[in-house]
Amino acid sequence: MTSARANPEMLSALDRPGSYIGKTVPRPNLDRLMQGRGLYVSDIELPRMAHVVFLRSPHAHAKINGIEASTAKQMPGVIAVVSGRELSTVITPWVGVLSHLKGLKSAPQSAIAVDRVCWQGEAVAAVVASSRAQAEDAAELVSIEYEELDAVTDMRTALDPATAVIHASLGDNLAFERNHDAGAVDQAFAESDEVVEADFVFGRHTGVTLEPRAVVADWNAAEARLTIYQGTQAPHMVQNIAALHLGLKESQVRVVCKDVGGSFGIKVHIYADEMATYALSKLLRRPVKFVADRVESFNTDIHARDHRCKGKIGVNRDGTITAFEIDDLTGIGPYSMYPRTSAIEANQVVNLVGGPYATRNYRARARVVFQNKNVMCQYRAVGHPIACSVTEGLVDMAAMKIGMDPIEIRRRNLIADNAYPCASPSGLRFEQLSHHAALAKLTGMMDYDALRVEQAALRTRNIHRGIGIASFIEVTNPSAAFYGVGGAKISSQDGVAVRLDAQGSVICQTSITEQGQGSESLTAQIVGSVLGVSMDRVRVILGDTDNTPYGGGTWASRGAGIGGEAALQATKVLRKNILDVAAAILQAAPGELDIVNNAVVNAADSAPRIELGELARIVYFRPDTLPPGIQAELMAARHFVPREYPFAFTNGIQASWLEVDIDTGFVKLLKHWVVEDCGTIINPQLVDEQIRGGVVQGLGAALFEKCVYDERGQLTNANMADYLVPMSGEMPDIDVGHVVSPTMESELGAKGAGEAGTAGAAAAVTNAVNDALRPFGTIITEIPLTPQVVLTALGRI
Amino acid sequence: MTAAVAISLSVNGERVEANVLPRLNLADFLREHLKLTGTHVGCEHGVCGACTVRVNGDIVRSCLMLAVQTHNATVETIEGLSDSGEIADLQSAFRERNALQCGFCTPGMLMAAHDLLKQSPSLDREQIREHLSGNYCRCTGYQAIVDAIETTARARSGRLP
Ligand code: FES
Ligand code: FES
Repeated sequence: MTSARANPEMLSALDRPGSYIGKTVPRPNLDRLMQGRGLYVSDIELPRMAHVVFLRSPHAHAKINGIEASTAKQMPGVIAVVSGRELSTVITPWVGVLSHLKGLKSAPQSAIAVDRVCWQGEAVAAVVASSRAQAEDAAELVSIEYEELDAVTDMRTALDPATAVIHASLGDNLAFERNHDAGAVDQAFAESDEVVEADFVFGRHTGVTLEPRAVVADWNAAEARLTIYQGTQAPHMVQNIAALHLGLKESQVRVVCKDVGGSFGIKVHIYADEMATYALSKLLRRPVKFVADRVESFNTDIHARDHRCKGKIGVNRDGTITAFEIDDLTGIGPYSMYPRTSAIEANQVVNLVGGPYATRNYRARARVVFQNKNVMCQYRAVGHPIACSVTEGLVDMAAMKIGMDPIEIRRRNLIADNAYPCASPSGLRFEQLSHHAALAKLTGMMDYDALRVEQAALRTRNIHRGIGIASFIEVTNPSAAFYGVGGAKISSQDGVAVRLDAQGSVICQTSITEQGQGSESLTAQIVGSVLGVSMDRVRVILGDTDNTPYGGGTWASRGAGIGGEAALQATKVLRKNILDVAAAILQAAPGELDIVNNAVVNAADSAPRIELGELARIVYFRPDTLPPGIQAELMAARHFVPREYPFAFTNGIQASWLEVDIDTGFVKLLKHWVVEDCGTIINPQLVDEQIRGGVVQGLGAALFEKCVYDERGQLTNANMADYLVPMSGEMPDIDVGHVVSPTMESELGAKGAGEAGTAGAAAAVTNAVNDALRPFGTIITEIPLTPQVVLTALGRI
Repeated sequence: MTAAVAISLSVNGERVEANVLPRLNLADFLREHLKLTGTHVGCEHGVCGACTVRVNGDIVRSCLMLAVQTHNATVETIEGLSDSGEIADLQSAFRERNALQCGFCTPGMLMAAHDLLKQSPSLDREQIREHLSGNYCRCTGYQAIVDAIETTARARSGRLP
């Protein structure tokens, strides 16, 4: 289904001849990465650059009674050994709260721990040396005296009166609580034919970007300027925060972001060790480089999920879902992360549960507690996999209870495609979703009925396959409602500047960033299409606060929808400016001219009039030949932020087909399908690959990924051999289909697609496993679905 | 501390003489001493495959090999294979299929895929998936990579897609 635009005239900028919109074109600059000529932060070297290695706490909670570094300081190459107290002379602590998350509290956090460590892996001292190896050697000679304190590890008992309080000044271990009550929940449950309840458990996992976090900070005392090279998704946010805590003006901080080896939300935060690296550079007046090793990544990159959620659903025998209720609990480590806070995930769970469905009755409680484990925060699809797994798990259980097919119960309860605009019981506003069109497309793609027949046939041979379905909604294109209203200096708008160079090529500076999604490509596609130039003439510059407009960056599925619209609007202005000057040169009216294929042409018959290169030559070098009073402006800038809707919701549906080996507990994924609706598709291949990559991260969560802590707060699998991520041999082929409902908030009509895959994959897999296990009368509501979990559910171990 | 050891080797066809500490691994030698930063380090313990290079014609994980072990050896990295044009067809298939996102796994992935294609030119998808399981990619979900390798396998063995 492709919905028609309300105002077809508005499409003209995109539908021009030779448009790249909706076309699969290869991303520019892939050769650089394929030939090993990328520039990741870990590759950067500067003159006089020193390397920092952090000593990290082996304890989950301990007092620091002393740091003895005199021997280490004598080691070859060592420049300094710096404690948290020493570093606090150059950088101030922070508190990760936002005012719109009412009641959220956290304690001051320092770049390097002062007096006390609160998780295993928190930095206690920094060793700076000429080489990393020298810093590592010296670090072994630093001795730190700890006095262990009680560690709070189990989120379920974190609020018990008998449990130690991690930050005495906060009074208890509760970081945040949200309650929501809509409709008449108790009455709805009382009147339902059936009520089903279940406890859902989600493993703690982490992003495992293939390039670990890395930063090079370069304080130039003579310029009084700090340049930060960092693989961040939000350069202007980093600029703001670094300046704030180092006592600098933002104009004194430049953030440069070249190639980034994976981000997924891991690199949208500001970590204490990154702050420490900025501060060390200022303290030592030279460039300092920090590259996390893999063990540090596991111990300090934000973790995510780790929720325990009680869920309840009411259903009538005709399939009508009457109410949802949840009680969610999550443990976020000892501090709320900075500056985005660690309450967002639980908040999203409350927002999103039941989101695809029409029922008006919904009650939720979410509690976020502190614990002595690594910090948790926003990772790809924040909250969505939890909300989706709970919702879709409950819907399947309700269907099972009343003996209805999972597709049928969804058909009867998904919000109708003609019901928009409307709002969810949690207050989310939907502009236009397409659940039913997506469902219909999905069942067609997977040949649902045939698959059920195949499943039944295989059952008779003791082969247990399952089909799992999961509908979902996804938050994209966030406005200021996400962070700005809470006081965070995180821009929700993005800007693009575009100019014609002296040979008729185009230089485009955008505030969105690239981590492999294709930001550069989609920007070039839009600019090329709107202007009428070929993509190879468009060079896109991003990731540099000195050289791009101010803006948010690439996170929360916002790059294409927000940055893309800014590119479109800026290019329209440039196009008009070019036609104005062309008209003056050609003594024509601007309306009679057009730009096609790098040249100004007659709009009527496409006859070429003047090449853009020739026009640029005249403007830049022979302006004396232009008519009097004509000043050409071959550069334009525009910004965009959604104002009407706080978020552009997208929707979709996924299905999993898999086989469970009931003897070994192994789950073999056979096939996965996704239908999603991200509005206007700029580059189908890039959207599909975002979906596939996102699905596989969700499949990792479903089957393998889990940070395993012991009861003393020790992370026991902090390496890639023990923390399992999906490998190619275990992953299925993934078919992706689309429904297209453009948002009317922008001329481009694009919504986000980066997180849809991750949102629903685990729910689809869990539902499929339960479908496969149906004859055994057992239901699993815990991920990852390891063989142990499966065999335990089957009563085999 | 043990003293540096003199080594002599060929890297991408160029003669290299160096003094290295015995503990220095090949990945760090290539990256830090020779500035061949196309060889990436993802895990430093032999799991992810990002550091894959070719030593005497065989692919190895350069984080698990010591630089001193390459004395008298022939080492080839992604920079060398790119400049020589040896993997141009595979790179082109990766570009067309968008088989890379962040690109951090890509040099190692290309190394491993090319080696696989040389050993067994007529692979099916399952075999490709199986063989590449030692090379992690966190971005793509692998399907595009498998597609690109399958396309190259077909083209190299003269089969039409
Ligand atoms: S860095 Fe060598 S295998 Fe990961
Ligand atoms: S493309 Fe990012 S890890 Fe493979």
